[in-house]
Amino acid sequence: MLGWLFVSPPERRLLGASSRRAPTPWVIAIMTFTIMLIAATGLALANTASVLSSAIEARFALEVPGGGAKLDQLSAMVRSSPGVTTIEAVSEQDMRRTLERWLGSAAASRDLPVPALINFDVSPGTDIKPIETRARTIEPASRIVSHRDSVAPLLRSLTLLQVVAFGLVLLLSAAAAAAVVLAARGALDTHRFTIEVMHGIGATDLQVTHLFQRKIAIDAFIGSIAGGAAAAIVLLLLAGGAAFAGELTGGATLGAWDFLILALLPLALTALATWVARMAVLRALRDAL
Amino acid sequence: MAAVAEFDSVGLRYGTGAEVLRDLDFRLRAGAFYFLTGASGAGKTSLLKLLYLAQRPTRGRIRLFGEELTEAPREAMPPFRRRIGVVFQDFRLIRHLSALDNVALPLRVAGAREEDIEGPVREMLAWVGLADRASARPPTLSGGEQQRVAIARAVINRPELLVADEPTGNVDAEMANRLMGLFTALNRLGTTVVVATHDMSLIEATAGAQLIRLDNGTIDDPAGALRTPSRPARGDG
Repeated sequence: MLGWLFVSPPERRLLGASSRRAPTPWVIAIMTFTIMLIAATGLALANTASVLSSAIEARFALEVPGGGAKLDQLSAMVRSSPGVTTIEAVSEQDMRRTLERWLGSAAASRDLPVPALINFDVSPGTDIKPIETRARTIEPASRIVSHRDSVAPLLRSLTLLQVVAFGLVLLLSAAAAAAVVLAARGALDTHRFTIEVMHGIGATDLQVTHLFQRKIAIDAFIGSIAGGAAAAIVLLLLAGGAAFAGELTGGATLGAWDFLILALLPLALTALATWVARMAVLRALRDAL
Repeated sequence: MAAVAEFDSVGLRYGTGAEVLRDLDFRLRAGAFYFLTGASGAGKTSLLKLLYLAQRPTRGRIRLFGEELTEAPREAMPPFRRRIGVVFQDFRLIRHLSALDNVALPLRVAGAREEDIEGPVREMLAWVGLADRASARPPTLSGGEQQRVAIARAVINRPELLVADEPTGNVDAEMANRLMGLFTALNRLGTTVVVATHDMSLIEATAGAQLIRLDNGTIDDPAGALRTPSRPARGDG
């Protein structure tokens, strides 16, 4: 299957001197570098969204306006409700102390209505309606807010960014493939005479194609490994920053599978370039007699 | 005797131009030696291109080695081309390959093992007087030396049909005789040889060779000696 890759030195010489000075490895290296960084960003975003989503999936807040006089009674009701796993009551005073960081002394003003909160998590499948109904019998103005609903716009933005990252990866891969087609056509033009001679003495299209396929596969491999290595260095340098970002997003970073996907990208790009070169050369040779 | 090539009402034109070859009806007998002559522009090179399958006729039919190849798919061509040795007028050597690698190319294309290549190639280079130039590249060789490398490449595979376009145009008389001796030797071994040349002395010096005269794109063969036996000579009614 890969016999075309391993040929004798005389066959290697058929297409002349090495093409290291040709732009193909550089183009592939730049494409790989960019694709890997974009893919890493997309994967990190996906992880962030996943962590954020799972953290708030089952989290709700019971807002208790009017100073939270019945906070203890409400807390007891929520704690005893079926399906509630954790509960944390935040009094109005605690809320005002928190707001003080941003609002200063204005946070203590009675003109600013600040509710007390009861944050609670529920097990999957728990119906929230009965809890809210019971809460309203205790404090009619109370209401339950889903954290998921609050963060939904952010999650939608993260999803959109993932789609954009995936689209960019596809777009850059297509650009790399187009660059390979141009390189293959250029190589065919450069070696037109050799091809004519080879056809003249009975070489098949596949024999000729293998020469170009091998040349472009090697160029693409060198380029993608170089670009991949450069991207890996940049990702490592950014690791500190990523860890900081991870703190903000609940520890979302790249996992083992993500690194495996990133490591496979240069190889995938090499395989794509090789296949594209093969198709481009075979198609071009079909025009000959 | 079996025919290596049979042309039946063959015509050839390039693009929308006038026909450069017209109404070619002839057969080349297996094991025969032919000289192809004619004035410049008579169509010798075009006829040779049809013979070594570099060109398809625009009309008529061509059978080679007993197979109808006029409309054969291009994938079918390589095995037939491997049975034909070609000496091009402009040598067509690959500049970045050594003389040895140029001569070895047909063997490699045919799938010969590397260990079976170098010996016969060096032997062939020695035969054409280039034993000491095996590693030289074409640009460093004289015209005559390039001609000999081209001839060595054409015959290394012991082709069934050897087609040569002015093969002695760039060599001195002694080398020309020697190369014709090689062609004659190959012919004795069963190779059908077709040599396009203007050199009448070569033709006269080659016993038993048959002459094909091309005149303005048609074969001048009033006696019908080259025609397929079952076909009447043109003008015979």
